[in-house]
Amino acid sequence: MSDPSQVQSAIARYLDSRVDEIQITRGNELHCRIQRGAAPRLAGLLRAEFHAELVLMVANDRRADRGAFEIHYLFANARENWFVHATKELTREEPAIISLATFYYPASRFEREIKDLFGIDAIGHPDPRPLVRHAFWPSDYFPLRKDAVPPDFEDDGTPFPFKPVGGEGVYEIPVGPVHAGIIEPGHFRISAIGETVINLKIRLYFTHKGTEKLFEGRLPADGLELAERISGDTTIGHSLAYCQALESLARTEVPSRARYLRVILLEMERLYNHIADFGAIANDTGFAIANAHCLRLRERLLRLNKRLTGNRLLRGGVVPGGVRFDLPDGLDLAAELYSILTDFNEIVDISLKNTMLMDRLEGTGCLTRQTAVDHGVLGYVARASGVDIDARRDHPFAAYGELDFKVPVYESGDVYARTMMRVEEAAQSVSLIRQASKRLAPGPLAAPLLPSPAFEPAFGIVEGWRGAIVHWVMVDGEGRLYRVKIKDPSFVNWPALSFAVLKNIVPDFPLCNKSFGLSYSGNDL
Amino acid sequence: MTGYLLEISQALMALALAPGLVGFVRWWKARLQGRRGAPPWLVYYDLRKLFGKEVVISKNASWLFRFTPYLVFSSTLAVTLLVPLIAAPLPFDRVGDLLLVVYLLLLGTFFLALAGLDPGTAFGGMGASREMTIAAIAEPTIALSIFGLAVGAGSTNLGRIVAQTLAHPGAAISPGHLLGFAALFIVMLAETGRLPVDNPSTHLELTMIHEAMTLEYSGRYLALIEWAAALRLLIFFSLLANMFAPWGVATTLTPVAVSVAVIALIAKLGALGLVVALLETRLAKLRLFRVPELLAVSFVLALLAVTSSFLLR
Repeated sequence: MSDPSQVQSAIARYLDSRVDEIQITRGNELHCRIQRGAAPRLAGLLRAEFHAELVLMVANDRRADRGAFEIHYLFANARENWFVHATKELTREEPAIISLATFYYPASRFEREIKDLFGIDAIGHPDPRPLVRHAFWPSDYFPLRKDAVPPDFEDDGTPFPFKPVGGEGVYEIPVGPVHAGIIEPGHFRISAIGETVINLKIRLYFTHKGTEKLFEGRLPADGLELAERISGDTTIGHSLAYCQALESLARTEVPSRARYLRVILLEMERLYNHIADFGAIANDTGFAIANAHCLRLRERLLRLNKRLTGNRLLRGGVVPGGVRFDLPDGLDLAAELYSILTDFNEIVDISLKNTMLMDRLEGTGCLTRQTAVDHGVLGYVARASGVDIDARRDHPFAAYGELDFKVPVYESGDVYARTMMRVEEAAQSVSLIRQASKRLAPGPLAAPLLPSPAFEPAFGIVEGWRGAIVHWVMVDGEGRLYRVKIKDPSFVNWPALSFAVLKNIVPDFPLCNKSFGLSYSGNDL
Repeated sequence: MTGYLLEISQALMALALAPGLVGFVRWWKARLQGRRGAPPWLVYYDLRKLFGKEVVISKNASWLFRFTPYLVFSSTLAVTLLVPLIAAPLPFDRVGDLLLVVYLLLLGTFFLALAGLDPGTAFGGMGASREMTIAAIAEPTIALSIFGLAVGAGSTNLGRIVAQTLAHPGAAISPGHLLGFAALFIVMLAETGRLPVDNPSTHLELTMIHEAMTLEYSGRYLALIEWAAALRLLIFFSLLANMFAPWGVATTLTPVAVSVAVIALIAKLGALGLVVALLETRLAKLRLFRVPELLAVSFVLALLAVTSSFLLR
C-alpha cells in the first residue's frame, strides 16, 4: 500500500524542478502543476513505482484568464484509494502536448478527442486520425474552445478512411449506422473470410450532442438534469458522479442517510440494467422466452423505481449534497427485490440448462486479460476477463465502504463470463440494497452545497452498472460551471470489442456486442 | 371437372390459410413466452399494408430483382396444386410428382438467392451464401425422406402415396414412415427459416438467413415474398401431415368428405403449428456452422427411412 505522501515525495524527487504547487488536498488527492513535457515522465514514474495508470485527460480552455490551454491528467492506482491530479499549462502559440499514446492506449483516445475538440496536437501520436470530429465539421472548428462559433455544417465529401482489408475471399459487411433495432447510430465494418471475422472497424460519433459544452455557464445545480441524461440507462451513475464531483469541490459532507439511499438508487439502476441485459443476450441466441420474462422483471423494477423517485429511470433521485426522496412509506423494498431475484434466478437456471444456448455463449467473443488491461477496460467487461477492479471497493464512495459485498471475477472473458457477471452482480445488488435499507439512520436527506472555490479541479468516480464513470468539474469566479468532462466506461470499452470479435463468425457479432452492452450516447458526448 | 375445380379451390384455400398459419404460430409463441401477443390475423393486415406501399428498388438492381417475387410466388403456388391438401388422387397428379415439388421449391430458393445477390448489398450476398449452404443439404433430404414412402407405394406420385397409406394404415408406424417424418420435420425447420436454424423474429441482420436475402424488398414485392414464405410453411406442414398421416384426406369428392378433409387439414396444421411454437420456445438458435450437422442428421434419417422401407417391403 502506498499513501499520497509517499507519492508526493517520490514525485518531488523524481520530477524535481519540473513540478511545483504540489499538495495533498481532500485527504487522498495529490494535486500538482507540471512543466511542459513532464507528463510522460510522471506517467512512467507512477506506473513503475505505484502501479497507477491514467484515468482521465481533460483539456481546458483557460485562455481568457490564464492566457493558455491547460491539460489535466488524473492518475489512480486501480486498487488503492488515492489519486494524482497533474495540471499542465500549454504554450500560448501553437498549443501541443507530448503524446502518451504509445505509453498507454486510453491516452491515445483522450488525445485524439482533445485534438478534435480543442485543436491541441499530440506530438508523436502514432494514429492522429480524427476520433470525435464529425465529418461535417470544418477543419478549423474546435467546438469546446470558449470562442468557438458554430459554423454552417456541410458534407465536404471526404470519405472516412477505413483500413482496407484485402486478400482472396475477403468480404466486407458494412452494418449501420442506422440499425434495424431501436438503438443509437454506430457503423460497424466487418471484414470476413467466409463467415470468420478478420477485422472489425467501429465508427461511432455520429451524434455529437455537445453535452460537455452545454454544462458550461450553468449553475452547478442546473447541470444535474444534463448529467442525468448523458446515457439514458445510467441516470444515477452519471448524476451521482457529477454530484460527487461538486461535493468534493465544495467540500460538502453528505449526510449518512443520503449516502445509504444513494447506494440503494445506484444498485436499483444496476439491477434493472443487468436483468434486462441477461434477457437481451438470451434473445440474441433466439431464446426469446428468457427475454420476455426478463423484460417483465425489468418492468417490475421500473415501477419500483417510480415509487422511489417518481421516475421510472430514477431521474431526480440524486441531488448535489444528498438525495431528493426518502424511501416511500409502506414499501418493503427488500422483500420486493427478493421476489424479483428469485424469479430472475429461475430464468437464469432455465437458460443455462439449455445446452444450445450455452453452446452459443461459451467461447464466443473472448477478450483476453492482456487486451483488457492494455485497453484500460472497465466494469463487468474487465471483470469477466479477470481484471479485478470495481470502484465501489477500490475507491469507496457513498456508503460502500461500510457495506459488505463481493466483486465477482471471471477468467474466461467470453460472452458466457460477461453474462454471468450480470447474474452474480444482480445478486450482490439485492444484498447491498438490503444491507443499506437496514442501516438507514434517521437524519437529513441532503446537506446544502457550500460555495465552490473558483478554478479548482474536482472529480467524482462512481461504479455505474457499466463500469467506472468519472466526472471532472471546474467552476469560474461567479460559481458557474467552467468546464465539465465526462468519461463513460464505454469510451474505453468500445475499442476492446473489435478485439473480442476477431476470429468469431459474423452471426455471433451481435451476441458479442450485446454482451459488452455499451452506450453510444455516453461515448459520443 | 369437379377434380379440377377442387384443385383450384385447394390452391386458393392454401393461399388464404397460409398467412393465418404464420400468425397462429407467432401467437402461440407469444402465449408460451407469457406475452399477450399480436392476434393471428395481424399477418393479413400486414400483407394488405405491404401491397399498398410504395416499392423502393436499388439503382443497382436488374430485371431479376423485379422478376423474382413473381417467380417465387407462382412456383410456390404451383406446388399447392401438386400436394394433396384435401383430396387424393387429384387430376394434376399426372402433371408432376414429388420431384417436381422439390424442384419447384428449389427454384424459388434459387431465384431468391440470386435476387439477394443482385442489388450488390452486403446482407443480400451474405444471406444468399448461407441459404445455399443450407439448401444444398436440405433439398435432397426432402426428396429422400418421401422416397421412403414412395418405395412402399411403388410411385413418386404424391396422390398415389397418400392412397397407399390410406389403404394400409399399419404402414404409418413402420420405421420407414417414422424416420422419414423425423427427417422431413428437421428439414422443414430449415426450409421455412424456423429455429434452431434461422430466427424468424430477429432484427439482427448479421444473424439472418432467409430475411437477409429479402432485406432489399419492399411494398408489393415484399408482400409476395412474405406470402410465398407463409405458403411454404403451409406446404411443408401439409406434406408432414398428409403424407405421413393422411387420415381425413378425401378420396371421394362428396361434399361431406371434402368438408371433413378441410377440417382435418386445419386441425393438423394447428397441431403442427403448436409443435413448432413449442419447439421455438424451448430452443435457441444453433451456431451457424452447427446447422449442417443438424441437416446431416436429417439426411441420414431420410436415408435410413428409404433403406428400411426397401428392406421391409
